[in-house]
Amino acid sequence: MNITFLLNGESVELTNVSPETTLLNWLRDTRGLKGTKEGCNEGDCGACTVMVTETGSSKALNACILLLPQLHGKAIRTVEGLATNGGLHPVQDALITHHGSQCGFCTPGIAVSMAVAHLNGDTEHDDALAGNLCRCTGYAPIIRAAISAQESPKITYPETDPDFFCPPISSGGAEGRGADSPPPPVSSPTSSDDLADLYLKTPDATLIAGATDVGLWVTKQFRPIAPAIFLNRCRDMQHIDVSEDSIRIGAGVTMDRVLSLMADHHPSYAEMIRRYGSTQVRNAATIGGNVANGSPIGDNPPALIALGATLHLRQGDTRRFLPIEDFYIEYGKQDRQPGEFVEAVSIPRQPDRLRVYKLSKRFDQDISAVCGAFDITVSDGTITNARIAFGGMAGTPKRAAHVEQALTGQPWTEDIIARSWDAWEQDFAPMSDMRASADYRLTSARNLLSRYFLDDMGAATSVLEVKP
Amino acid sequence: MSVTKPLPHDSAKLHVTGTARYVDDIPVPADCLHLAFGLSDIACGSIQSINLDAVRAAPGVTSVWLAGDLPTDCDCSPSVHDEPLLSDGQIHYLGQPVFLVAATSHTAARHAARLGQIEYSPEPALLTIEDAYLAGSQFGDAPRIWERGTAAPAIYAAAHVIEGVLDMGGQEHFYLESQAAMVMPQDGGDMLVHSSTQHPSEIQHKVAHALDIPMHAVQVETRRMGGGFGGKESQGNALAISCAVVAAATGRPAKMRYDRDDDFTITGKRHDFQIRYRVGTDESGRIEGAEFLQLARCGWAQDLSFPVADRAMLHTDNAYFLPNVRIESHRLKTNTQSATAFRGFGGPQGMLGIERVMDHIAHTLGQDPLAVRRVNFYDTPETQSGRTSTPYGQEVDDFVLDELVTKLADQCDYSIRREAAAQWNETNPVLKRGIALTPVKFGISFTLTHLNQAGALVHVYQDGSIQLNHGGTEMGQGLFQKVAQVAASRFGVPIETIKITATDTGKVPNTSATAASSGSDLNGMAVKAACDTIRDRMATHLGKNVQFEGGSVVVDGSAIPFAEAAKRCYESRISLSATGFYKTPKLEWNPETGQGRPFFYFAYGAACSEVVIDTLTGENRILRTDIIHDAGASLNPVLDIGQVEGGFVQGAGWLTTEELIWDDKGRLRTHAPSTYKIPACSDRPDIFNVSLWDGQNTEDTIYRSKAVGEPPFMLGIAVLMALSDAVGACGDIYADLNAPATPERILKAVQKVRDGI
Repeated sequence: MNITFLLNGESVELTNVSPETTLLNWLRDTRGLKGTKEGCNEGDCGACTVMVTETGSSKALNACILLLPQLHGKAIRTVEGLATNGGLHPVQDALITHHGSQCGFCTPGIAVSMAVAHLNGDTEHDDALAGNLCRCTGYAPIIRAAISAQESPKITYPETDPDFFCPPISSGGAEGRGADSPPPPVSSPTSSDDLADLYLKTPDATLIAGATDVGLWVTKQFRPIAPAIFLNRCRDMQHIDVSEDSIRIGAGVTMDRVLSLMADHHPSYAEMIRRYGSTQVRNAATIGGNVANGSPIGDNPPALIALGATLHLRQGDTRRFLPIEDFYIEYGKQDRQPGEFVEAVSIPRQPDRLRVYKLSKRFDQDISAVCGAFDITVSDGTITNARIAFGGMAGTPKRAAHVEQALTGQPWTEDIIARSWDAWEQDFAPMSDMRASADYRLTSARNLLSRYFLDDMGAATSVLEVKP
Repeated sequence: MSVTKPLPHDSAKLHVTGTARYVDDIPVPADCLHLAFGLSDIACGSIQSINLDAVRAAPGVTSVWLAGDLPTDCDCSPSVHDEPLLSDGQIHYLGQPVFLVAATSHTAARHAARLGQIEYSPEPALLTIEDAYLAGSQFGDAPRIWERGTAAPAIYAAAHVIEGVLDMGGQEHFYLESQAAMVMPQDGGDMLVHSSTQHPSEIQHKVAHALDIPMHAVQVETRRMGGGFGGKESQGNALAISCAVVAAATGRPAKMRYDRDDDFTITGKRHDFQIRYRVGTDESGRIEGAEFLQLARCGWAQDLSFPVADRAMLHTDNAYFLPNVRIESHRLKTNTQSATAFRGFGGPQGMLGIERVMDHIAHTLGQDPLAVRRVNFYDTPETQSGRTSTPYGQEVDDFVLDELVTKLADQCDYSIRREAAAQWNETNPVLKRGIALTPVKFGISFTLTHLNQAGALVHVYQDGSIQLNHGGTEMGQGLFQKVAQVAASRFGVPIETIKITATDTGKVPNTSATAASSGSDLNGMAVKAACDTIRDRMATHLGKNVQFEGGSVVVDGSAIPFAEAAKRCYESRISLSATGFYKTPKLEWNPETGQGRPFFYFAYGAACSEVVIDTLTGENRILRTDIIHDAGASLNPVLDIGQVEGGFVQGAGWLTTEELIWDDKGRLRTHAPSTYKIPACSDRPDIFNVSLWDGQNTEDTIYRSKAVGEPPFMLGIAVLMALSDAVGACGDIYADLNAPATPERILKAVQKVRDGI
């Protein structure tokens, strides 16, 4: 695949790019730009953060798990490109003034994350920086720097102008394979129709959307991913359609957009997504990827199951629709045919009763030990309907059928919570691992029903909402 | 004067622009080889057979080494020669390097290193403190025991006896820059080593030993590290040795950096400890006798475990007078990574033991924990109470904690907020608040007395610019800037006049590790000595009544610009280059008997933290922290405050979210930031007030400042004690919360307190 992109304002054309070359390695080893650092090589520390701009919209992304084919037609700005006209970017000045660097190794990534937030007028600094680990400062001076830089005028770059036409998009198909050392086949279709056609012909291909998971297959497992189909140019899979009856979310919608969407419809879901990955991860990860991946600890499926969402699957021109919980058969196995892919997910419009609770060792950017979603309808003091689903409690995201049954038709009192006790063990036999023991998982899952009840009664239940 | 000024880090502009150069950023010749280790898959046993055909055939691989292919055993140990670079056939932990791959790229080397086929004859592994303690697996012939007075009878006679067990986990350093080294072969087999190390002289020593060449043939340069925290005191040896071996064998430059997962899997971490305690107190909670059993998990090799465990023993008292005390320390040998230095170096573990005891006493006696702490504080010498001597016999003659804690408690409304938290807990069934105020007294000096020395090399050029070099290394702590401020002050010139240069064993020899918080104390004094030598020579030449100030040299009242003065001296053939040397005075220490004066002085501080926990899930958060920390007369208050803020958050991380988990095969399951959680941005306290104590060192240190690298780490103990306080609000029994206090441990403790068993 041949690609074209802007790097710090300069046009770059690469031919025959390998699907397994990360932007970070290319920047450091090929381009000689050493400012972008490798801290973890898995998208968890943010030392490699770069600014990626497309049609005027700029995001922070982790370069270590960004694969070159994903960059076609985009503009990349690294720490070396932040300063303009010989002057430092205001966030760089502020980091110096407020002593925001000590060892300095995380600092380039922090500066880029701050510059993106500054450009976007984002003043939720803890969220903007949740994906940037610093081991020296304790973060306080970095936040002081971010607050002080808020006052400075925005710094724009040519590519941040929405009318800026990025590099000439010359290609993007699978053409141009080298003669002596042919790179693995890689393609980047531009519509779901093309994707459907291509995937039907090469059903063993790796589908790559945000690469927040596949990136680690490459960097940590050395797993070959060819033939590789990159989905990020399938624009028609990136639509959100809100109708009277449903919210249809294209599989290619990134999680930062799902967060904004859910803030309007199901705020508790949005609050969970605020803690899902980090800004960099949410900017890359797609809802389709998270759902199709089938991980038992993916955070979207429990919420989607509780909301009664429907999965839109497509194989060639054949489409079918599935209640999302039916997609997950067992650990590592989903109801997906060869050449079939997730095209969208739709959620029925409904009054918001949803609460999503994510439990992890650290609040931000941590994988859930337990993620529970509750949607309980109470009418005249009686539970008329209950949809409860959990991640981290079984080999798949799973609905708590016995608990739901124990609740339905019962009075909505604290009593019923105790009476549902045994049903939990009928639904779940969780495992112990480095995130939590089986005992903690089961106990806290039960307790989350109490939290839902107390939430409903208006009691204070979240440590995140307690003021000093 | 330059010292005391709040100047930014010397490399701040390079940091923010991405132009600060770390080892992996140094341009290398195209023929540079990249290295990776093939690691063992079992924790204990022997190697039956090794087939490396697939490794050798992998793309980019140029050569592969097994232990037998090395020029010597290439020992990596900083202490007792028990760490061969590659397995000699025995496997001591899961992740031990077995073979070394050289390839044309970092990725090719890493990939190939996975392809080795090794068959083992496994043996049962000792993984936990309990395993090793029961099996009697330990370093040294016997546990180390230090005693003062007679603890057992004192406890027997006491009004109250309190006993318990405290488990605390280890901690991964998680320096953002993983371990790295690069070696360029030189003329005649000499080696130039670039290493991300806190201890260039040790790298030099170990590389020379590995290649069987004199130390003069090895030059080690370290400009900066991307974080160290003790993790780069000895753990960089293996990489530098590997690169040197490959460079010597091939004549090509060689570079090695660990991928993050390899770094977690191979290198040592903070020692996890179990502390068993039994104390007797009077009615006021004052300790009359105390016994501590300290069990330290040291891993497979000795590394620095003896001095670490000694320092844990030396901080058993923290800020409290223990009239009768017995401390027994076991250094347990296990089939895990060899635990190593980490900020505090055993001090935090020892200190956490007595802080737990204070809370336990307070709970038992129904008192405010701060009152119990205060009644046990050391007294100041003026009181002539006799309560001023540490268990190891060193007098505490500058005890500022009583005053400092009074000020802190007052400033942060400790009593009012403690009352408010209690009221909150009355009315909130789910969320409980807790608050704790804990002190720190930390001994400053290497306990291996000969390490308390430093050298410096200062050049004044004929244009008046000054080049500075010393044995300390820069890992982010701001040492280079603080020492440059010393030099600028001695010559009375602006800081811009001083050029800071990379630590280089060719410039200053026989340096100690930049460790034990000693960097500024030792190197500041050595630089001062070098500067003063040059200054004296210049002054003698220039006239009488010579002063160096404001960028000028004032001779008999008339000012000459410093550059002009330097030029005149040069033209008059005055030497403008000098070395400086410093050794810490007053030290005398016998670790066998546990008696003497191991420390030049103590650094002090105190923190008050308030937390909230969720009793349904164990989730928790720090709401507010107030700190006053004693940095003496600070050389640079902003850099020192940076150490305090960062140290506190790192200490809080150790005791809350940072959990290391090995499975029953000995595989570290928390091997990357995806599974091992250091504090993120939002984990710092919502309100975070940090200030420095207004005082100066009573000992004659550099400008009367105090060391500040490690002591603030232990301020994080306030968080664990506050969490324990919050859990305690759920019932009547004592909440003996272990560390790290993850949501799971907190929930378990809540259940225990609620159930009352």
